[in-house]
Amino acid sequence: MELTVGPNQFFWPADTWSAFYDDLTRSPVNHVVLGELVCSKRLPFYQDRIPDAISNLIEAGKDVALTSLALVTLKRERKLTAELAEMGVMVEVNDLTALTHLPRDCEFSVGPLVNVYNEGTLRWLASRGARRVCLPPELPIGSVAVLAATAAELGVAIEVWGHGRLPLAISGRCYHARLHGRTKDNCQFACEDDPDGLDVLTGDGKPFMAMNGVQTLSDSYACTDHQIDLLRSVGVSALRLSPQSRGFTRLCQLYRQRIDQDLAAGDLATEVRAASADIRLSDGFLTGAYGAEWSETSPQSTTSR
Amino acid sequence: MVMEIVCPAGTPAALRAAVKAGAHTVYCGFNDETNARNFPGLNFNRNEMRAGIAFAHEHGSKVLVAINTFPRAGDEAIWQRAIGDAEICGADAVILADPGLLDYATRTHPRLRRHLSVQAAAANADVINFYAETFGVKRVVLPRVLSVPEIAAINSETDVETEVFVFGGLCVMAEGRCSMSSYATGLSPNMNGVCSPASHVEYREDQGVLDARLGGYLIHRVERGEPAPYPTLCKGCFSAGEKAGHLFEDPVSLNAEKLIPQLQKAGVTALKIEGRQRSKSYVAQVVRNFRMAVDALDAGRPMPEGMLARLSEGQAMTTGAYKKTWR
Repeated sequence: MELTVGPNQFFWPADTWSAFYDDLTRSPVNHVVLGELVCSKRLPFYQDRIPDAISNLIEAGKDVALTSLALVTLKRERKLTAELAEMGVMVEVNDLTALTHLPRDCEFSVGPLVNVYNEGTLRWLASRGARRVCLPPELPIGSVAVLAATAAELGVAIEVWGHGRLPLAISGRCYHARLHGRTKDNCQFACEDDPDGLDVLTGDGKPFMAMNGVQTLSDSYACTDHQIDLLRSVGVSALRLSPQSRGFTRLCQLYRQRIDQDLAAGDLATEVRAASADIRLSDGFLTGAYGAEWSETSPQSTTSR
Repeated sequence: MVMEIVCPAGTPAALRAAVKAGAHTVYCGFNDETNARNFPGLNFNRNEMRAGIAFAHEHGSKVLVAINTFPRAGDEAIWQRAIGDAEICGADAVILADPGLLDYATRTHPRLRRHLSVQAAAANADVINFYAETFGVKRVVLPRVLSVPEIAAINSETDVETEVFVFGGLCVMAEGRCSMSSYATGLSPNMNGVCSPASHVEYREDQGVLDARLGGYLIHRVERGEPAPYPTLCKGCFSAGEKAGHLFEDPVSLNAEKLIPQLQKAGVTALKIEGRQRSKSYVAQVVRNFRMAVDALDAGRPMPEGMLARLSEGQAMTTGAYKKTWR
């Protein structure tokens, strides 16, 4: 089983961004997807760093892809999306708009924000050139198993959201800007102060979501410690780890050890919580009754809810 | 040309009421998880669908069948059967969101007209034209993230008809791309056709304070006597940093009646009303008012004003993303 690092969902200073990808050249991951997923207004701040990061990662033996935006509406965003195909690396489609700009015979990846819920959609994407598909995080293990089996027939690699705050929604409205009484066009980059998103609590103080500009994430960090063996057994070929500002290199190592059976089930979660005591973990989308749920033990066999 | 009014019908009675009230078109779904308003007691069995469509056709109205959830892996046949049945029942079009299902419909039911659901969140001309070229889509229901000028720009770049929401519930997130509901409850619009389901709502009153929870999360807390809105996730009262309030959206519903002339200038073909869960009298009243508005517009008469305010059940109204400052 391989590890993929998904695109950074947050807005980091360019130097932090560069250092993050420099660290990744030395970490035990196989695939790296980079570029701007959430908000096109952030891109100019680090766009010129992308070519160097790509070549360094490739030199370090990583397989590299560039993500599309999650929601393409403006003319400028359409142009950016069209230009992705010219960057010389695999494109990860996170809005079908990106697919419209790819040459017909071009292979591509599909990210978790494209709705691949069933075999029909998977087959159609494969017929268009999809070679890797990261499934939507809300899919239960029963669906993952069916899709992984279909993908094997099609020669498509299946990834599952392995770790990190879950991308739950994308909007035309910027919540960070709204929080500061601004509009999206005049956001003054309010999201830059929250390198892992801003916690959203319910009225009685219970952590619930996290805002990240136009994106809404889960408060909890998805963690597949208890599902790794199950995911491997149904044919999932890679876990996707989502960038976070602290302890990410260590996290990659822990997942590598857990996959290689150098860590027992449960020990990964223990390590993660020891590193940052204040975070909550979840794995409910895969094997629970609802997404925010956390299972303390590993399931024995394939189940669907 | 008169703008087309597209009305919701959650029941056969609502369909007949909408048709009699002057709906050009009615949209509805089968009573299962294939449609995005999969609520108990709502929607049509096969016989009701056939009879409803026949009634509408006798009165010169069209019927669109929404099959706009994302088929569950391993169970695609349920959704595929819904498409076949919609055609047999005489539907004028099906409203689809899933690429796999669009592909299936294109191959196996080529003569059945295909509309792209708002759940596909097709938000620019490139992807809309792609759906048209690939799946022969004739109309797109635009996601509620676009301003009127953006809608006009899309229409200038595509031959696909556009349909926009003008009244009713308002998604704050791009539709079809939100799993907040399943995060909190296990049930989602994409997979189950429900958002913030009533089965997971809990009201509790304590010392004059009413809490409304969804899946255990406190969404609203109001004093006794204050209006208690339904605990829809994205319209709840939350806190972040130093601030508290309706961080995503206020408990508002969409009313774009005043924008109808601008939407017509923007090249919009059809105006869609949300609310398959609404009563037949509500549907009839909304239809009558919107029909009056588009007829007046077509005849060059002034638009009737403020006609729908009392239908909002005391809720505040918004024009949503149609005005750019909403963002």
